[in-house]
Amino acid sequence: MGSTEHISKQFEADLDTTRTRVLQMGGLVETQILSAIDAFASGDANLADQVIENDARVNGYEVAIDGACNHIVVKRQPAASDLRLTMAIAKIVTDIERIGDEAKKVARMSKRLQEHGPQHAQRFPAIRHAAQIAVKMLRQALDAFARLDAASAAGVLKEDHEIDDEFRAAVRQLVTYMMEDPRTISPALDIIWVAKAVERMGDHAKNIAEQVIYIVKGTDVRHTSFADIEREIGAD
Amino acid sequence: MAAPSIATVIEARPEARPQAAVKAAARGLSFYYGDYRALTNLDLVVHENRVTALIGPSGCGKSTFLRCFNRMHDLYPGNRYVGEIRLYPDDTNLLAASVDPIEVRMRLSMVFQKPNPFPKSIFENVAYGLRVRGERSRRALEDKVEAALRGAALWDEVKDRLQDLAFNLSGGQQQRLCIARALATDPELLLFDEPTSALDPIATASIEELITELKRHVTILIVTHNMQQAARVSDYTAYMYLGELIEFGVTDELFIKPKNKQTEDYITGRFG
Repeated sequence: MGSTEHISKQFEADLDTTRTRVLQMGGLVETQILSAIDAFASGDANLADQVIENDARVNGYEVAIDGACNHIVVKRQPAASDLRLTMAIAKIVTDIERIGDEAKKVARMSKRLQEHGPQHAQRFPAIRHAAQIAVKMLRQALDAFARLDAASAAGVLKEDHEIDDEFRAAVRQLVTYMMEDPRTISPALDIIWVAKAVERMGDHAKNIAEQVIYIVKGTDVRHTSFADIEREIGAD
Repeated sequence: MAAPSIATVIEARPEARPQAAVKAAARGLSFYYGDYRALTNLDLVVHENRVTALIGPSGCGKSTFLRCFNRMHDLYPGNRYVGEIRLYPDDTNLLAASVDPIEVRMRLSMVFQKPNPFPKSIFENVAYGLRVRGERSRRALEDKVEAALRGAALWDEVKDRLQDLAFNLSGGQQQRLCIARALATDPELLLFDEPTSALDPIATASIEELITELKRHVTILIVTHNMQQAARVSDYTAYMYLGELIEFGVTDELFIKPKNKQTEDYITGRFG
């Protein structure tokens, strides 16, 4: 991460390749979220199938990047920022992969919802809005990762509560439907699963942002208050 | 979410525990080989019963610094110390002209890069320092030699051939013999100058294991070119460059989150 390059060109190249792969994986998962939510809103079963199919590619990235991290550790015994980068990447790919799983879950639920009748999904702008925030958070976290920008990563942490608010709004709305008409209970529960999946995406994006702060600042900000994190970011 | 309490952090991170007592401290130490200044105004604390590692590129002065402790530079004319190295608890300045270097070396022992046993038997190698100190009792010598060889994790391998020539031992065993020789006189501070750079990985691992054992009884200062070794065996690490101390800190922190850009570049292999 320093301005100077490693004496070993191969080490430099290995780190670069791994970093690039993380960003590619993140880009793929961004597309997965958008497609899954599209499938949810439009009821497009083909699109949902495509998302489900593409999840295997996401998994492939996870395995490949994890392997690359192991190689870096065994061959280079990375220290300081290199160590933090390598360890953080190994964690980040887990979170990206989980986001991929959540997108797949949304795609599956969309298909099931279609079986109840196509009209249900469109009524939940709160979920679509939450998904947009999740995509934005993921994009910003990956961007912060690419540029090693701790302040930008801290911005991601701030946004997570917006998704949580949208999730609660969606649940409230669904509960009223279920009370009005018990026949909606089954589709409403599926929609709650979708909302929950989107809410989890936000959590994972937040985890990624926390790892970025760790890479840049060397401080583990997990399980810390936002005020403390802001103090840490502003420390130097 | 509430931040974890200090108690939780200490429980999870043993290195966050309070520091050990100070065994030795360099204060404003500079050293000259004639007109050439090899060390510049070093301030460094050595904690008791801890391992302190000195790292840095070749020629950065880490060995020069180590040799100041036992006054080895006194052997050559024109060498000059400025500043002091205090040894505690008695607060003696090791570099004071009034302090006899021989006295200093009674309290500090050194182990070198290449094993350098004397052309004597295994027993006599370890007994040498004791004899120099005037120990005459056969019984006392035997006891102390055995204790030192046990301390250096060599006893079981050599107890049946104590009268063999030391050169018949393997490189790793010879180095452990040198450690036993250093331990025999009950030093307060052990100085290691790249003790494993001439050894294979197995012998290296056994020396590193030994260092971790030894620090329960003695304070250790080790110069090493192997950064992973510093990370493995030391509690504190000092990074030196061009005769200056660039960064000193708790090893676990220095290797994960160094404060200085130069330290970062060196330990990540960006130095050049």
